[in-house]
Amino acid sequence: MTAPSPIEHLIALMARLPGLGPRSARRAVLHIVRKRAALLAPLAEALQAVAQTARECLNCGNIDTADICPICASAARANGQICVVEDVADLWAMERTGAFKGRYHVLGGTLSALGGIGPEDLKIPRLKDRLQTEQVGEIILALPATVDGQTTAHFIADEMGADITISTLAQGVPIGGELDYLDEGTIGAALAARRAF
Amino acid sequence: MEWRDQGIVLGGRSHGENAIILDVLTQTHGRHLGLVRGGASPKRAALVQPGAQLSLIWRARLEDHLGSFTIDPLRTRGAQVFTSKLSLSGLNAACALLAFALPEREPQPQIFDHTERLFDLLGQDDVWPLAYMRWEMHLLQALGFGLDLRACAVCGGANDLSYISPKSGRAVSRAGAGEWADRLLPLPPVMLGQGDGDDKAVTDALGVTGYFLHEKLAPALAQGPIPEARARFLDVVSVRAAHGPD
Repeated sequence: MTAPSPIEHLIALMARLPGLGPRSARRAVLHIVRKRAALLAPLAEALQAVAQTARECLNCGNIDTADICPICASAARANGQICVVEDVADLWAMERTGAFKGRYHVLGGTLSALGGIGPEDLKIPRLKDRLQTEQVGEIILALPATVDGQTTAHFIADEMGADITISTLAQGVPIGGELDYLDEGTIGAALAARRAF
Repeated sequence: MEWRDQGIVLGGRSHGENAIILDVLTQTHGRHLGLVRGGASPKRAALVQPGAQLSLIWRARLEDHLGSFTIDPLRTRGAQVFTSKLSLSGLNAACALLAFALPEREPQPQIFDHTERLFDLLGQDDVWPLAYMRWEMHLLQALGFGLDLRACAVCGGANDLSYISPKSGRAVSRAGAGEWADRLLPLPPVMLGQGDGDDKAVTDALGVTGYFLHEKLAPALAQGPIPEARARFLDVVSVRAAHGPD
């Protein structure tokens, strides 16, 4: 049995990426090999750089290239608000909006009764530490609108104490959503959270 | 192989990028697992939340294969539970307990009916702990660890039933207990359908059902301890019993 060629090895690795399968990975590899100067070499350099420098922020759990990410390092973001998210992808999604000016805390998952994920598996103690050191006045729970996500939200709210304001993201009709296509749970939540117009 | 049924979602775990392996309690096929293609997509995630009730078509080439589900929503219960810590923790406890205790593919129509009735009460926090306690008694009954509270195991009478034998699960009257009373479990009146079923009474009753879950059911199943979700629900009810509703 001969070892796979480097190109086959690259295709196999690419095929393990989200959204790619063996066929699409083959197409992608063929494309970057053909664009050797414009894509292959820079991609290899970028991957090498990320492999050497990417790390988890020691404060919030964001992924960046420094021990403390730019959001945590910025004094302008210390406005007394911490937005709690499930994982880094959620943090990046919030950042894309540009609407939130505070800091984040990445839990690294949600409580799951069936999955056996308990409070000790999440970064809740670190969040409690941050309440003291960063003089936090409000925690915004931006957790998934799922049973596990909301169970986690209630758990955190209980853990944080009464002197902290706890808020959550609104739940209801998305932009562009038509009522006819929404499940009754979402419509019910939207109705319960209605406001004066 | 193909069958149609309805089921209550107990949970699911992701499989690949978009699929999930769904764990459901069906009406006539018992607890059953199956693959749901696209079940992890944002559009379908709401349908496969624990507690949701689905119309199911299960297909597989052979009966012992995992098979795949085609799902259609009958009832989603998310809106009823998301704002209530009690309902959420209770839903988690019930789903985790069912997934822990029920064998796969063994029809349990009575447990399905009791669970459906319990979940239909989600959001009604004033009656839910009591309904959950009764559901746990039904679950123990269905799994062969039922509590016999009709008459005293010693005297045979139905008066002044005050204890439960931790060995047999049978009620014992104060007179029948005699000097053995300190070795028996106190029988909360709410388990006999007496009293107003407040949170304190339900907490005491859950202590009794918890004893049989931990000491009888869990060792018999040999799958480890009872899921932690039940203890969290008990904490929520206990805090409410001590301090009142939120």
